[in-house]
Amino acid sequence: MISRRDFLQATVATSAIWGASGIGNWARLAAQQALTQNTLLDFDSYGNVTLIHITDIHGQLVPTWFREPEINIGVGADAGLPPHVTGADFLKLFNLKPGSPEAYALTYEDFTALARTYGKMGGIDRMATVIKAIRAARPEALLLDGGDTWHGSYTVLKTAGQDMVNVMNALKPDAMTSHWEFTLGIDRVTEIVKALPFPFLGANIYDNEWDEPAYDPYKIFERGGVKIAVIGQAFPYLPIANPKWMFPKLSFGVREDRMAAMVAEVKGKGADLVVLLSHNGFDVDRKMAAQVPGIDVILTGHTHDALPEPIQVGKTMLIASGSNGKFVTRLDLDVQGKEIKGFRHRLIPIFADVITPDAEVSGLIATQRAPFEADLKEVIGHTGSLLYRRGNFNGTWDDLICTALIEDREADIALSPGFRWGPSVLPDQPITREDLFNATAMSYPNAYRSEMTGAALKAILEDVADNLFNPDPYYQQGGDMVRVGGMGYHIDISKPQGARLTNMMLLKTGEAIDPAKTYVVAGWASVNEGTEGPAIWDLVEGWVKRKGSVTIDPNTSVVVTGT
Amino acid sequence: MKLSRRDALAVGIGGMALAVLAPAAYAAAEDAAIATFTGGAALGTGGLTLTLPEIAENGNTVPVSVDAPGAVAIMILAPGNPTPEVATFNFGPAAGSQKAGTRMRLAKTQDVIAIAKMSDGKFVKVTSTVKVTIGGCGG
Repeated sequence: MISRRDFLQATVATSAIWGASGIGNWARLAAQQALTQNTLLDFDSYGNVTLIHITDIHGQLVPTWFREPEINIGVGADAGLPPHVTGADFLKLFNLKPGSPEAYALTYEDFTALARTYGKMGGIDRMATVIKAIRAARPEALLLDGGDTWHGSYTVLKTAGQDMVNVMNALKPDAMTSHWEFTLGIDRVTEIVKALPFPFLGANIYDNEWDEPAYDPYKIFERGGVKIAVIGQAFPYLPIANPKWMFPKLSFGVREDRMAAMVAEVKGKGADLVVLLSHNGFDVDRKMAAQVPGIDVILTGHTHDALPEPIQVGKTMLIASGSNGKFVTRLDLDVQGKEIKGFRHRLIPIFADVITPDAEVSGLIATQRAPFEADLKEVIGHTGSLLYRRGNFNGTWDDLICTALIEDREADIALSPGFRWGPSVLPDQPITREDLFNATAMSYPNAYRSEMTGAALKAILEDVADNLFNPDPYYQQGGDMVRVGGMGYHIDISKPQGARLTNMMLLKTGEAIDPAKTYVVAGWASVNEGTEGPAIWDLVEGWVKRKGSVTIDPNTSVVVTGT
Repeated sequence: MKLSRRDALAVGIGGMALAVLAPAAYAAAEDAAIATFTGGAALGTGGLTLTLPEIAENGNTVPVSVDAPGAVAIMILAPGNPTPEVATFNFGPAAGSQKAGTRMRLAKTQDVIAIAKMSDGKFVKVTSTVKVTIGGCGG
């Protein structure tokens, strides 16, 4: 029994969320059906254009657990709007049933129990099955990768991204854009891009010496009689949020004027449909959609949001396809007279136990992993708690890392960056080396030990908080709040920079942080060149091995107000 | 476990203490610079574009450009700098366009100001916030 009501089908509507008022009902019937590959793939082709969007895979070749955020606060004009809706509110907004496969895929509640019921998600071989099925129905479909692809795992680290390049090439993407790719170092990126059989787009990437474009800004495809312009936009804040010494001659930025110029240019060349393949982050894209007219579809990325329905801004449709290989978006459009007349959309959840892996890609993945299989599988310890990272404030993975940093580097306070990548580990399970690298693998892992005054600590936390909670999305960098061990604080996110944090307290003594006093601070992932210290994975592995079994208590040291 | 100056710099706090200087003194210098340029004339809006990054990639060299068709001069001020005057561009009657770009150093997060003197003697002003961050945790 196949249902067609579990994907969104509509002519262009004017509601803030397409279909939320009864057109969509993303999963009402799906939830009542047995989960099968046929129901997951079911889609009646529509219109004359098909876009397939994948993004933020972060090196996850094989299926993982990935708990979605419990806290994901929107500020300014984005307050309370999706994707800043979590848990039960998310289920209600999209009319999903608690405990359903979709609730498991898209929200955090009952994560452990639902994970055990529904299994892992993702795996590029499962994504390949879905992509091939879509192409079988629509040979002219465009496959677009939003970036953060060549990053985030043990095998990416050991092969400098070659594992992902080999596997992704088998999927035959039509274009990609980028962010963490550049942390492989510019020489390696250049080497990969030269051999890449599809364009690596970034309208906002400039040479910082001559202020000239450094990469192709867009590519125009002719598919199904429609001229489709795909404009790429890399993560705007690479030289600030990541180490600029790794790509010293490049400049990025939002560059709204450049985007407007590119939209005008592709329209001048006769584009019928303008698609922005973006790594801006959702709120930046929402603002850009309002500021730059003429973009028909924004395939969003960076902030790892998964939304079962498109969000509409003016005449622009925003698509959010999640992260870590959990989802593939299929978007069918009817483009007539340079306008979208109607669409069908489906965020296809990649349930790893339901979708048959594509044999060719499975084999390719096995080949990439084979040299490292023994290292990947080695058990370094055991966890009694669910280990997860995603959320605006502390998660258990970073609480574990901070505790290891404090103990091993003899620090008062530990800082762990607010990355949005890093899959989860279920409780009462072994922690493998692969699990540890999934949460830590990157190219500037040194665990530093430093002295900082209380005033400097506050300045750093205020700075990071403003990168997350500045009411203007163009000033947001899309990471979560730096995670803190050994220190508690209160944060009023509605205040301006410098006034958000209060009640900073050293947890081991219960004393208030003294602005004039010096504290020993340990951390990792500094963006500064020449940072000294052991690699974070070596430090954490040593600590976990000594502990044997780890249990992370709920963290109540951060109090959030002003939401 | 030896501490060094490099360790302290490694977390990106070098120079932060310098950023906290008396703002009142800057404001006076900014007002004086504007008064000198405009002769106290009223400041309107429109017709002047100031292009800046939202967040500086390097506070020591921030690209800035201005564009005001029909202007005879454009002044750029960074009120948060110890010396607010960044540049004044004068355009002669033979200038093909009235736009200019340079790079400037910004001591801290601030609202950069551009003021254009138009050919009719009127002045227009525009500001844009540039954040100078410690950097760190995007991901």
